[in-house]
Amino acid sequence: MITFQNVTKTYNKHSTALENVTFKINPKEFVSIVGRSGAGKSTIVKLVVGEEKPNGGRIFFDSLEVNKLKYSQLPQYRRQIGTIFQDFRLLTGKTVFENIAFALEVEGRPQKEINKFVPEILELVGLKEKINSFPYELSGGEKQRVAIARAMINRPEVLVADEPTGNLDPFNTWEIIKLLMKINEMGSIVILATHNKEIINTLSRRVITLDKGKVIRDEEHGRFILTN
Amino acid sequence: MFLALSRIIKYGFKNFLRNGWLSTATIAVMFLALFVLQSLIIFNVVATTAITSVQNKIDISVYFKSNVTEDEILNLKKSLEGLNEVKKVEYVSQDQALAEFQARHQENSAVSQAISELETNPLLASLNIKANNPKEYAAIADYLNNQTLSPIIEKVSYAQNQVVIDRLISIVDTAKNGGIILSIIAAIIAVLVAFNTIRLAIYSNRDTIGIMRVVGASNNFIRGPYIVEGVLYGILAGVLSFAVVVPLITYASPYVANFIPDMNLQTYFASNFLRLLGYQLIFGIILGVFSSFIAVRRYLQV
Repeated sequence: MITFQNVTKTYNKHSTALENVTFKINPKEFVSIVGRSGAGKSTIVKLVVGEEKPNGGRIFFDSLEVNKLKYSQLPQYRRQIGTIFQDFRLLTGKTVFENIAFALEVEGRPQKEINKFVPEILELVGLKEKINSFPYELSGGEKQRVAIARAMINRPEVLVADEPTGNLDPFNTWEIIKLLMKINEMGSIVILATHNKEIINTLSRRVITLDKGKVIRDEEHGRFILTN
Repeated sequence: MFLALSRIIKYGFKNFLRNGWLSTATIAVMFLALFVLQSLIIFNVVATTAITSVQNKIDISVYFKSNVTEDEILNLKKSLEGLNEVKKVEYVSQDQALAEFQARHQENSAVSQAISELETNPLLASLNIKANNPKEYAAIADYLNNQTLSPIIEKVSYAQNQVVIDRLISIVDTAKNGGIILSIIAAIIAVLVAFNTIRLAIYSNRDTIGIMRVVGASNNFIRGPYIVEGVLYGILAGVLSFAVVVPLITYASPYVANFIPDMNLQTYFASNFLRLLGYQLIFGIILGVFSSFIAVRRYLQV
């Protein structure tokens, strides 16, 4: 469960990224966060992951107050969250296998488990034959599927996706969305930040709409509506 | 813990091999840095030996009048040895002086004949004085030119050699100071170049480091492989620079011996082999690890 309580974030005096944002995401929910560029979608993602700290308000992950975590506590915390980005963020010097294994290695999981789990998850995202490829040998859609495999391998409670389909063609976009839905069905919270109207309207799930850093709409079966 | 360590080492080696070109370039620069440092060490050894051997050649001699008894000379010798400035005093009696003179001129029949025709020994007894520091010869000479000693002393060689001694002193001083300053400058340049090369190599990995943080890797787990790489750079560059120095030393040794007879580079090198190799490796590893550590730290802020 993730809770934002009156969260405010400013990067500098002239721009307020988030203003007094409050919402609560329940276990197993699939929530989309929509809004124009600069509305604050990415800021929410960064706050959840602990990459940024809010200037005001509190953020909870279950009972853990994320905004109060120390630098040294962040690694431990982040292992409970899977993250996916528009630019994939794979480790370029590592193979597909190693990229996914990395998420388990940071937790100190034994090699035996890693050797078993990684091929399984690759099977799930349909990339078993690419197990020894390097990221530069993959297409955009394949890279994103590897990123998803890495994000979900340790069965995180929350999966945060920041514009995961921004660099992909429509076909791959749907493949990725289907995977996210599958992950959600398996029990993880999925937070999807996007400005893809088609996805939102087809999903028919909860939508939080942001405009200029404020929540202007929060609907259970939301649609993509941006009015001035 | 052990598992993490073994993974860190494994990835250190893997990254090192996968980034073959980057590793090669980094090692090449570190090799140059270590080579410069090693050259400085050897240069300083050679320079010190050269300076010492020059200093050992400087001395002053006091010649005594022929009527002075050996006891008086030995008394003066004793009091000279009591001076702080004096390192060694050597007594050369009239007979010894003659024997040395004859030995030196035995090829020349005219000289030896002339000597044997003389009834008395024409040579004077003397004391050869060596100072701890060449700058102190002036003080010793002053001591000897004292009025009370003038009845027994024929002459002190310092006066005639003063110019040469002074010049040698200034050369020795310049060589010492210049050597130290040059060494420091060269060492700083070498270290900075190597440090920056490693920093650049890691700069190209800054995104990777950020991603690792977001995936939940601890700082040590991220930093570890880079430090292993730094160690590898250091060891390989150290061994490489040593491997280049060995044949160079063998080649240069006879030439150096021409200039400085006291210096046998090869012997010095052979007897200090492990120490020099150790310096190389330690320098290399410290340089590699330190640079990696500092460079990675910058990108761990996420």
